[in-house]
Amino acid sequence: MNAPLQAAPLTAKEFKSDYKPVWCPGCGDYSVLAAVTKALANLALRPENVAVVSGIGCSSRIPAYTSCYGFHGVHGRSLPAATGLKVARPDLTVLVASGDGDGYSIGGNHFLHACRRNIDLTYIVMDNHVYGMTKGQPSPTTEPDWSSKLAPGGTGLREFHPLVIALASGANFIARAFSGDPNGTAALIEQAVRHPGFSFVEVLSPCVTFRPEQRAWKERARPAPVGPTDDPARAARRLMTDDGFNIGVLYQGKRAPYGVPVAAKHAAPESLAAGFALKEVGA
Amino acid sequence: MHDTAASRDSVSLALAGSGGAGVMTAGNLLLEAAALAGYCAIMTRTSGPQIRGGEAAAMLRIATFPTDGQDDRVDVLAAIDWQNVQRFAAELPLAAGSVILGDPEQGQVPEVFARSGAQQAQVPLRKLAKGIADGWPNMVALGVLAGLVGLPAEALERALRRSMKKKGLEAGLAAAKLGMAQAAGLPSYALRPAQPRAGQWLVTGNEAAGYGALHAGVRFVAAYPITPATELLEWLPPAIVKVGGAMVQAEDELASINMILGASYGGVPSLTATSGPGLALMTESIGLGVAAEIPIVVVDVMRTGPSTGIATKAEQADLNIALYGMHGDAPHVVLAPNSLADCANATAWAVQIAESLQVPAIVLSDQYFGQARGVVEAPVLPQTIFPRNRATGSDTYKRYAITESGVSPMAIPGTRGTTYTADGLEHNERGLPSSQAADHLAQVEKRARKLAQFDPGEDWATVEGEGDTAILTFGSCTGPAREALARARADGAQARLVSVRLLSPAQPERLKRALQGVKRVLVVEQNHGGQFLRYLRADCELQCETHSLRRPGPLPFRPAEILAALGRLRRRAA
Repeated sequence: MNAPLQAAPLTAKEFKSDYKPVWCPGCGDYSVLAAVTKALANLALRPENVAVVSGIGCSSRIPAYTSCYGFHGVHGRSLPAATGLKVARPDLTVLVASGDGDGYSIGGNHFLHACRRNIDLTYIVMDNHVYGMTKGQPSPTTEPDWSSKLAPGGTGLREFHPLVIALASGANFIARAFSGDPNGTAALIEQAVRHPGFSFVEVLSPCVTFRPEQRAWKERARPAPVGPTDDPARAARRLMTDDGFNIGVLYQGKRAPYGVPVAAKHAAPESLAAGFALKEVGA
Repeated sequence: MHDTAASRDSVSLALAGSGGAGVMTAGNLLLEAAALAGYCAIMTRTSGPQIRGGEAAAMLRIATFPTDGQDDRVDVLAAIDWQNVQRFAAELPLAAGSVILGDPEQGQVPEVFARSGAQQAQVPLRKLAKGIADGWPNMVALGVLAGLVGLPAEALERALRRSMKKKGLEAGLAAAKLGMAQAAGLPSYALRPAQPRAGQWLVTGNEAAGYGALHAGVRFVAAYPITPATELLEWLPPAIVKVGGAMVQAEDELASINMILGASYGGVPSLTATSGPGLALMTESIGLGVAAEIPIVVVDVMRTGPSTGIATKAEQADLNIALYGMHGDAPHVVLAPNSLADCANATAWAVQIAESLQVPAIVLSDQYFGQARGVVEAPVLPQTIFPRNRATGSDTYKRYAITESGVSPMAIPGTRGTTYTADGLEHNERGLPSSQAADHLAQVEKRARKLAQFDPGEDWATVEGEGDTAILTFGSCTGPAREALARARADGAQARLVSVRLLSPAQPERLKRALQGVKRVLVVEQNHGGQFLRYLRADCELQCETHSLRRPGPLPFRPAEILAALGRLRRRAA
């Protein structure tokens, strides 16, 4: 729709809106926003042909900070909204932004089914192991001993492992990025958008307000020692045994994206009434 | 419409038996034969709780006049066998004028039926079927019932030829013929002859709703299976693909509602169908449709609640959640079809209103309409597909601009110069999040104005008849209420029927006009708490003397019940 014939590629800045983020100073999500806009510029897309869909949470504020079409829906349901949009409008590039609470807790079921449905979406989850918008409660990826007002002494629960879950659910492109490296994150997002079908980019994005210790992530994050595999068994072993700071594309399979049945020729709706008419066979 | 022994205008039949006996096959063939002969007819079904097999009954009403309601009693109950059929006793009211047909091989008629005082007769269905190669007792029963009500043999034959595969057709024809011959020795329930009519449909309410949706331009559907909406979902996939749309089976109702919000945001008219439990899950996101002003249609095929309730039976108890289920001030549209055929019109209308006002619309169908198959006059649907108020490129684009009508231009992704974020957060005119009191007030008023200024024309209700007494209904209570009024009229009593189709936005002024000169109203509804009555009192400020006839599902209202309530009203007034 309205695809430009010969427009000059836009800059990353042109993918940003003039609306000021609500994020705290030092929030990793600023870098993710920079990475997203850089990736879109590198992909030579136009803002009107991109939709950024999100749920609720700090990370989910991202759509209005871009100059693209945005959809800031209800908590946990970004993936279904993006699925409907992409099936109805396959011509659009659809990015989905979420966080560890929105994506792995309230929206966990949709995560499983988006992975197995394999619709051409790019799912970017900004993971900071905490609910930031509600000011510091444990999320599914929070360490069991992290103490907070809501869970004094810690939850005692083992962390949710999003990458392993994605692999087990049939995701075909699984990457981990670190917001402290916006260029590297941009490159991974770019690769994810180019990948046909569902692509999942987990971005370690520190919350310096409620988890100031996450500033140390920059010492821990490093490129994965080996390149992506297309063998799910090998990927599972690697994902289960790494320390959570290997950065890069960790699994890339070849499963075909979801194909929605499409009719070659469109019939008039009136023709459907033939099935109700009281006609004889062959009449 | 008074029936005599010689010939009648309406007959109600039930064919019961255990799983695999073929009662539904025979029922559907009888329905088709009646339709081909020119009668109006409706078939409902009941079955035991088993997933597959188990006892079942096909219930048919065949009439010379249009009706989609049930009559007061079952005239003929035929059973291929009696295994557990007594479980349906409450749904199969018999009386002294009824007849029970049993196969002597299958033992005694259950006491619960026998004590009704109905006449009993025997037909050796199984033995007769055995006399035909590949013959089945259900086909013999089909012939017996067709004969009892006086359907032309030729119509029955056409129905069989139309529906049966080559294999089995000859045996079916022979068995039906044999059955028809048996009817001669039994009490007659012969209908007055009818003339075959053009333009009739044989359709379920669920199919009609699906058709209405596609006719009005719906091209994306996402849904999660749920009884009794499943047939709508199963009718759709090939149909929507044919007209150029797409359908997705969602992982749950939270997903299906958000999928249609996403698709509609993308510019494609979208719908989901569900029942009460699904609607409950969807309400948060319907509120998103209200706030972000995204048109969507949700068809709720109501079943008995709360919680899982009785999944296979009707009740009109989702009115409250449909009207008031959303948090916040969330003006939206609620419609209810007032006949089986109206499932098509009401759904099409819902799509039009949703699209033109950029608002969610809920259609309250129910299990009775949804799963009943009836012969209906083919509905005439509006030809226009309502154009959404679309935005064109502009540097000063305001998605939620404050307008007089409350409706603002809606940009569709892909359009240059009008990018915006659809947001459930309160926002300013540009769509940017705002926690300012002034923005909230302006947007709340704008969203309310869209509905307040909406002019539904004459379609808001169907108003029939005259008189100082009126019956108020919505949904599937309308058929039996209409029939009760027809009987009252035949006895010289005047009364009015107002069946409300547009429940929200409420139309108090129109209702007031429709009730001009009315001294007392009887509000008929199929729920325990009087949800419709409370709505009429609160939102329509019902002024006259008000009486309530209500009870929960699953049993459908029957005309005599409503007629009796009318009589009580009148005696009180006298």
